[in-house]
Amino acid sequence: MPPLDAEILARLQFAFTVSFHILFPTLTIGLAGFLVFFEARYLRSNNEVWLVLYRFWVKIFALTFGMGVVSGLVLSYQFGTNWSEWSRITGPVLGPLIGFEVLTAFFLEAGFLGIMLFGWKKVGPRLHFLATCLVAIGTVISAFWILSANSWMQTPAGASFVDGQYVVDDWLAVIFNPSFPWRLMHMTTASYLTSSLVVSGISAFYLLAGSNRDVARQAFSIAMWAVLVLAPLQIFLGDQHGLNTLEHQPMKVAAMEGNWETRSHAPFHIFAMPDQKLQKNHLEISIPWASSLILKHSPSGVVPGLKEVPVEDQPPVGVVFWSFRVMVGLGFLFLALGLWGAYARWRGTLYDTRWLKRLAVVLTPAGFIATLSGWFVTEVGRQPYTVYRAMRTEDSFSPSVTGASVATTLIIFLIVYGGLFGAYLYYLLKLIRKGPDPLKTRETEETPEAIRGARPGLVVPAE
Amino acid sequence: METLAIISGGIIGAAILMYVVLDGFDLGVGILFPFAPGEKARDTMINSVAPIWDGNETWLILGGGGLLVFFPAAYSIALPAFYIPVMAMLFALIFRGVTFEFRHQAHTSTHLWNRSFFWGSLIAAFMQGVLLGALVQGVEVKNLRYTGGMFDWLTPFSILTGIGVVMGYGLLGATWVIYKTEGEIQEWAHRAAIVMGSGMLVAMAAVSVMTPLLRPAIADRWFGGVNLLYLSPIPLLTFALAVTLFWSILSRRELLPFLSAIGLFILGLAGIAISLYPNIIPPSVTVWDAVAPRSSVIFAMVGVAVVLPMVLIYTVYAYSVFHGKASAEGGYAHHEHE
Repeated sequence: MPPLDAEILARLQFAFTVSFHILFPTLTIGLAGFLVFFEARYLRSNNEVWLVLYRFWVKIFALTFGMGVVSGLVLSYQFGTNWSEWSRITGPVLGPLIGFEVLTAFFLEAGFLGIMLFGWKKVGPRLHFLATCLVAIGTVISAFWILSANSWMQTPAGASFVDGQYVVDDWLAVIFNPSFPWRLMHMTTASYLTSSLVVSGISAFYLLAGSNRDVARQAFSIAMWAVLVLAPLQIFLGDQHGLNTLEHQPMKVAAMEGNWETRSHAPFHIFAMPDQKLQKNHLEISIPWASSLILKHSPSGVVPGLKEVPVEDQPPVGVVFWSFRVMVGLGFLFLALGLWGAYARWRGTLYDTRWLKRLAVVLTPAGFIATLSGWFVTEVGRQPYTVYRAMRTEDSFSPSVTGASVATTLIIFLIVYGGLFGAYLYYLLKLIRKGPDPLKTRETEETPEAIRGARPGLVVPAE
Repeated sequence: METLAIISGGIIGAAILMYVVLDGFDLGVGILFPFAPGEKARDTMINSVAPIWDGNETWLILGGGGLLVFFPAAYSIALPAFYIPVMAMLFALIFRGVTFEFRHQAHTSTHLWNRSFFWGSLIAAFMQGVLLGALVQGVEVKNLRYTGGMFDWLTPFSILTGIGVVMGYGLLGATWVIYKTEGEIQEWAHRAAIVMGSGMLVAMAAVSVMTPLLRPAIADRWFGGVNLLYLSPIPLLTFALAVTLFWSILSRRELLPFLSAIGLFILGLAGIAISLYPNIIPPSVTVWDAVAPRSSVIFAMVGVAVVLPMVLIYTVYAYSVFHGKASAEGGYAHHEHE
């Protein structure tokens, strides 16, 4: 089998495993924040609604976190199995960033997750709250390091190429490389927005079904506040991130815009069928000048076109173009949901507007789709490079690995992850159908016995 | 740079040791799972590791990540060379890892997740042993790139080390169960520890005989000149610990069998380190061939020096929160549908 096949299969395999993985941290980063909020409100008010909410959402958190752990472990070894040249050459830069993620985030999360899930009776409410906070902080630290590593591949800085590998001159320049701050803010906000949509969607489902009224109202109200704040914030951050990309990775932006010629008064294409072979678009529906206005804030602004570089240096335009439109379209839909929620709240009908609740239910998984689309834009848009304009993807692959091995493992990944995802959804839906466990009165008078189980006294391994 | 390379090697070795001991006992619990006396015993066993397994497995990420940090060249040689066993191990760890959550949610399908836990643990342990054997027997390298085939790792020697690690993790698991349980399960764990311990010692003896036969350099390391004298504490201590292990199991001690098993693992890994030094990928790649540039090594070492002590402190704390005997109720095994 020619080596090209192995490389394309390895790219498909990595795209699949990393896309699968990112679904779970996207939810846990944001959900951890919600859990901190629920527990803090409970400790302050002693209102049992908050405890019920915590106990319900921590189960979904634990289920999701487990999926994130097992799918993440795969990635830390896949860098080496499939991309050994990339590991050898960029290892001195990216290795320490990933090492710091393990040291400062993974151990923190793993160490305190056990206490968060099983330790309520063992450590008392304050220490338990501390454990929840540390897990939440761990998820953000993890995002910090891995996004720094990813951003360095987009906008390398602070290192020079010596004797066949990168050598770091300035670690601060590596960590805080030009695209990192925006990417970190954009992704963290995406996580929180996605979690808000999950919380609002599931709560809206209960409100529509007329079950778990008190807790569902409380959660729906908070999640709708969160969407109202986060959706516009995310649109602003996305715009700033895009301008940063225009400065450092102009061809990615050209692919997002479906723009072939470098020109002023460039239109924004609402719809188009980019054709990389002919280097043009079919069936364009466009808003005149809009691209120049968005990117340069002036109709006469000159925006870059893909033809500035030869075809073999261009990213695959179609995927980038369409993923970008899916992401942006969903972003504005989230904004609409937030505004509608605010209007309904102002009218005093937040819990009674049927179509608002239905929209929230429909949008439950939409944050994941938007986040994945965003990642497609930024990762496919980086092609044909793994390190932008410095190391090509074809030079990153493991030379000794055969296409047959990559194909076999790819098929196993498809089957195993497909089955796992089915089991995850099955148990998730089971948890949602069952709903939050109401507390018995006598339980709230004493210290709550456990966050996790329903029966007091039997929840934590006895001494 | 030479000192830095040796310290880096020490850090990787310590991470591997921590991983093998910590995840070793919870993988061992999985290996013994189907043989446990009843579903209640299985609930107790899984509860005894549920709050800590995630932290234990993190050491594996540190081992892989650490290799990429300190020896990117070794990482880029070893992983393509061991492509198939690494992938098999990862798939096995996936099945095993999700069991903790899914088994807890499951009602009618508990037996399915029991099987997933057993096979996941068994295959992961076996593949880790295979990886160890495949590394010790040597890897074909030219110009710091792997030049062998996809199946070079598969030899009688690597299969033997695979079986040895399965037995060894089984021993760690059984002695952990002795420590964490009482009554019927503990009785059963005593018997399991004897079986697994015997198997592990036979495998260790066979590996010790075969390793010096792999390459003259290894035989020379152990038997050349006065080396045997300097290195004699290793086999002597191993013998003493093996005796302590069986004595402590038979005399119904609770913690000592577990500590003896850990001691045996430390000595086994020390023996391998002595055989391989200064190679990180034997027979040709040394730690100083493969070490990362100075700026990366120093940066990572500062991180290790500052953060790792904190990690150790709160890991000890997390363990201490869950000290004492485990029970069948609570934890993940708590069925809320009853």
